[in-house]
Amino acid sequence: MTEVAMRVWRGDASGGEFEDFVLELNEGEVVLDVIHRIQATAAPDLACRWNCKAGKCGSCSAEINGRPKLMCMTRMDSLPAGPVTVAPMKTFPIIRDLVTDVSFNFVQAARVPALLAPPMPEGGYRMFQEDVERGQEFRKCIECFLCQDVCHVIRDHEGNKQHYAGPRFFIRYAELEMHPLDQNDRRDLVREEMGLGYCNITKCCTEVCPEHIKITDNAIIPLKERVVDAHYDPLAWLGRKIRRKPKTSAADAAVQPAP
Amino acid sequence: MTEPTYERHEYDVLIVGAGGAGLRAAIEAKQRGLKVAVVTKSLLGKAHTVMAEGGIAAAMGNVYPEDNWMVHFRDTMRGGKYLNNYRMAELHAKEAPDRVRELEQWGALFDRTKDGKILQRDFGGHRYARLAHVGDRTGLELIRTLQQKVVSLGTDVFMECKVLRLVHDSEGRVAGCVGYWRATGEFVTFQAKAVILATGGAGKSWKFTTNSWESTGDGAAMALWAGARLIDMECVQFHPTGMVWPASVRGLLVTEGVRGDGGVLRNSLGERFMFNYVAPMFRDETADSEEEADKWYEDHSAGRRPPELLPRDEVARAINSEVKAGRGTPHGGVYLDIASRRTPEYIRRRLPSMYHQFMELAGVDITKEPMEIGPTCHYFMGGVQVEADTAATVVAGLFAAGEVAAGMHGANRLGGNSLSDLIVFGKRAGEGACDYAESVAASALDESEVDAAVKEALAPLERPKGESPYDIQRDLQEMMQANVGIIRKAAELEAALEKLEEFTHRVQHVAVTGPRSYNPGWNLATDLPSMITFSKCSALAASLRKESRGAQTREDFPNLDPELGKINFALSSDDGRWDGPITAVESPLLEMPADLKALLEEAKP
Repeated sequence: MTEVAMRVWRGDASGGEFEDFVLELNEGEVVLDVIHRIQATAAPDLACRWNCKAGKCGSCSAEINGRPKLMCMTRMDSLPAGPVTVAPMKTFPIIRDLVTDVSFNFVQAARVPALLAPPMPEGGYRMFQEDVERGQEFRKCIECFLCQDVCHVIRDHEGNKQHYAGPRFFIRYAELEMHPLDQNDRRDLVREEMGLGYCNITKCCTEVCPEHIKITDNAIIPLKERVVDAHYDPLAWLGRKIRRKPKTSAADAAVQPAP
Repeated sequence: MTEPTYERHEYDVLIVGAGGAGLRAAIEAKQRGLKVAVVTKSLLGKAHTVMAEGGIAAAMGNVYPEDNWMVHFRDTMRGGKYLNNYRMAELHAKEAPDRVRELEQWGALFDRTKDGKILQRDFGGHRYARLAHVGDRTGLELIRTLQQKVVSLGTDVFMECKVLRLVHDSEGRVAGCVGYWRATGEFVTFQAKAVILATGGAGKSWKFTTNSWESTGDGAAMALWAGARLIDMECVQFHPTGMVWPASVRGLLVTEGVRGDGGVLRNSLGERFMFNYVAPMFRDETADSEEEADKWYEDHSAGRRPPELLPRDEVARAINSEVKAGRGTPHGGVYLDIASRRTPEYIRRRLPSMYHQFMELAGVDITKEPMEIGPTCHYFMGGVQVEADTAATVVAGLFAAGEVAAGMHGANRLGGNSLSDLIVFGKRAGEGACDYAESVAASALDESEVDAAVKEALAPLERPKGESPYDIQRDLQEMMQANVGIIRKAAELEAALEKLEEFTHRVQHVAVTGPRSYNPGWNLATDLPSMITFSKCSALAASLRKESRGAQTREDFPNLDPELGKINFALSSDDGRWDGPITAVESPLLEMPADLKALLEEAKP
């Protein structure tokens, strides 16, 4: 039986420090298993957020050896030898230990203008697999907020949270923009209030996504192109002055990514 | 009566639980223009619904036009071994298609047929391919769609708030509840004209379960303490296919979609053993050779159904028997093989999260090797007895929908019927609660009940020393797994009931350390009363039902008893105390109208 040294951040909004625990390691364990065993023995009040322990709910996000990851999907034997550090997500305010206040994300969610679908025809809508697939990729998002955590626009600049929705919500806007039924137009909103322009495509979000969503390539870049087209295309500008721009213009079609 | 001491909120309709049923109820109530709030123990969007994989059962007939609500009704009743509340099964079969289609109006993106309709997949016990799905992450699609709709309607959602007790008014109606914020540990009360329980199941009382930490039976237990009746508590579904290895993920769900998409079960000798376990009631419609079964996947009229797609109770028992007979895998399961039957591309497209889950957690490539699987505690057919049309309980002001409610699934639930249950009866509970809320005036909470709940919750923090809640939880899980598992017998059930009295006593001496702010030890201590209450009800009902029916399998009573098929065992609390006595009575099933009875008789495949 091998032993493992864990360095787990303990504290609250007023400050804290790493606490060391040494445990035996069982075969096949993930980081969350070890945290649970610490709770059951040495530190019953060690705060951590989790639900499904199956990589489906996105609750147990943390920074493991400095990398944003899900604790439930990180096998201990995938980590290099030596102490394993587990710290809370840095971008969000600490509540206690590994639990952060992620309410920023729920505020952003409430700002998203809802899907606006036409009335449902008899027997339901008809949509084709190739048309729903792009949105389906973004709807795999489990809202672990690791992409928000790693995004330097808000990770290093607290003040930007006022006017920056972050990668999780850029894929939400992209999903709605590409949704076959949607009749809303959110392009001005995304440009003017959600701070899409702040993203400079470093792809950190894509790297940490546990669902392997190509956030930058498939959502943010196409969204930037659509927004730019809508704003600087003189014909589109004129059209917008006259009436709300129809969703599927030629300009849109031209920038849609290959399926 | 004293002045309120704690933070207080007032609503017309308060929904406890933010899974599929709770959110669907919230949408209905909010659209009616009432003042509505949802309270959830976790963050919004994390409820256990998110883990549902295979799909939503609804007889839309998109793949097999001959499918309709009558066939779905019949399948549901047969799957439930006729213990169902027939009216719930009828409403569910009739309304599920509209509930699924409206999800698309709110943004859901299901997989499509070639002609652009919602694609439907095969599942156990459903005669036709009937499950609307998105790969194997349908629960995520359902919860995200409902969550986004709830948010867009501006509904108040109180997150990470644990509800401790329902609270009555001076006339004995439910008038709200008391709980605490997990972040701060401060108490909060909600006053509401109507309360809808949508708290899900209780798998965390068993050792190997697909359920998340939240599934501690809070809703059923609180309903019992508040005066409602629980039925079918003996009917605990063990899903046939949970992971068995590595030990740390034992119990994790492997979707029935693997079998629906062509996966088969084999023992260590390589035999497709399910052909040896076809019960008489399913023989007429089940294939008796591998050739016939394999043809069925391509065309349902070319052969009868493969035995791997029998209802879950049948398959789980068969796996259990194979392992007991020494034909199990090295880690004590059987093999689920899709690698030898479908192409890697097909498997990755249809079952992406299963592929991911086995690859990351077990180092197994399911496109190349079989999975090792075994039964795992999954779902509770039992729960709060409700009136089918309105989801009302016997307690005025209290409603229940989804897994916490009982009757819809009888003695065994078919796969896919849970997500549809959530949206059909979530909507109905929303309507029922609104109708009720509009007919009554707000009434004051009985502050003595609030004070008692707060005092009880604080007790573990105030004891200078005592037992760890984690130790009690571990012992409870091991005991329930051993004594109230997939196969039951009198001696073990009696031992379970005795042990549960001991656990009750131990909880009264539990002590926790640390602050009230986000303290998981304390949070667990406040979950233990509902976990133990739920477990007592399960063990008691299992000891009373002296027959084998659906998920209730008695080694000492292996056959169906027609007389017991006419009743549910209804449990109630004598004094409303969590550690008080529980009484069981026989509650007759609703009499089914002749036209529905005829549906069960006719229509051979």
